[in-house]
Amino acid sequence: MQKLYSAKDYQKYVDKKSPNSKLGLNMLKAFLTGGLICMLGQLLMNYFQSRNLDQMDYATLTAMCLILLSVILTALDIYIYIGKFGGAGASIPITGFANAIVSPAMEFKTEGYVLGVGAKMFLIAGPVLVYGISSSVILGILYYILK
Amino acid sequence: MRLGKQTVTFEKMPYITATAAIVGPYEGEGPLKDGFDRIIENDDNGEKSWEKAETKLMQDTYHLLLQKGNTTEKNIHYVLAGDLLNQNIASSYAFRDRECSYLGIYGACSTFGEAVGIASMIMAGGFAEQIICITSSHYCSAERQYRYPLEFATQRPPTSQWTVTGSGGLLLQKDGTGPMVEMFTAGKIVDQGIKDANNMGAAMAPAAADTIATHFVETGRKPEDYDLIVTGDLGAVGTDICRELLKQYGVDVFERHEDCGLLMYDRSKQDAHSGASGCGCCATVFSAYFYPKLRNGELTRILFVPTGALLSPTIVQQGESIACIAHAVAIAG
Repeated sequence: MQKLYSAKDYQKYVDKKSPNSKLGLNMLKAFLTGGLICMLGQLLMNYFQSRNLDQMDYATLTAMCLILLSVILTALDIYIYIGKFGGAGASIPITGFANAIVSPAMEFKTEGYVLGVGAKMFLIAGPVLVYGISSSVILGILYYILK
Repeated sequence: MRLGKQTVTFEKMPYITATAAIVGPYEGEGPLKDGFDRIIENDDNGEKSWEKAETKLMQDTYHLLLQKGNTTEKNIHYVLAGDLLNQNIASSYAFRDRECSYLGIYGACSTFGEAVGIASMIMAGGFAEQIICITSSHYCSAERQYRYPLEFATQRPPTSQWTVTGSGGLLLQKDGTGPMVEMFTAGKIVDQGIKDANNMGAAMAPAAADTIATHFVETGRKPEDYDLIVTGDLGAVGTDICRELLKQYGVDVFERHEDCGLLMYDRSKQDAHSGASGCGCCATVFSAYFYPKLRNGELTRILFVPTGALLSPTIVQQGESIACIAHAVAIAG
């Protein structure tokens, strides 16, 4: 049979036929989820501050607690539902990053600790690390030169 | 006998004498739950990996099929099997060390149609008396191969589809009773340029429309000659598009079209987005829903059109569009 559409026209037709995500609602959910995670972080930070830790320590402790919490929730099959509800609100904070590392580690354990967990752990977070670290190095050099 | 470039018909039609379907717990919560032979309790199926779970799913379905078909392995001349995993491992390992000739085939989610078509031709050629066609898919093994780790927290777009955990098979016999395979229209690979792996229904719809329209042209039949035209896993988006494309080809199927991908889950309660997909989808739905109706006379003739998106994550990452296929099998009750 003859094709009815060119690739470009078909894409346009499909775009018209395909339902879009509910942008407004999803943004609200992301705002709430991301906001709650950050609020939790702030509460932890305030608590550590009140225990008279210096800035370096209480910031690190806060991050560590959030990561631990995310790891536990991922392992218990709970974080996936937070991610499903909150979208980017759950994946952008540090808890989302922890989830992105723990979930492949869990998934690929069946292929062993070296070629499974070890090799696949950074499957999702890898690009963030590569480009995050690279850009910070470049910015660091620029800062050094321009200072 | 050849009717056209893509279509053949069988003088001595093979009988479908038995079917079997075993599905996962999520499929077991859907509207077809009473039709499946067995619903497994856990996705892991008592195995240590998702791939092994799927392999066992197919093995168990095979044994059940032999039992339901009142036959034994030594009578089976060929097994035609396929799945979605790389190198077709669920199928190959399901039949490891078994005493039957094994032909592994791959047509993504259209594999079941491909298997039935090839098996019917083998049988019509007089080369076999009993053939088993069987396919499987597993949500968890497909997710890790095609998308993300299971626990990765992400959202799916509304056009995405849910891979069925399940294995379905049928027993084809030269002599017997039951619905018969009348015709087979082997599909062409059609690519309309869709690159979004989360919208496979839209990618597959032109392939389905092409095969269905070709079937009617080459056989001289009309949609009214069938009680139903049943596509494999187009889902909500693909179904809508396929019907409209067919209308443009001059084939009106609006009154008599069903999609297995839309029958599997209760989309108002289950979170399957655009519907079900996977090699196991049309195989289990055919076995649990359409076969009994063909058998008891509720349906007299259907055109069964499993659809497949022949993509791999690698080729999609390289910027290629999704090549698709659909095979049509005419089955008379």
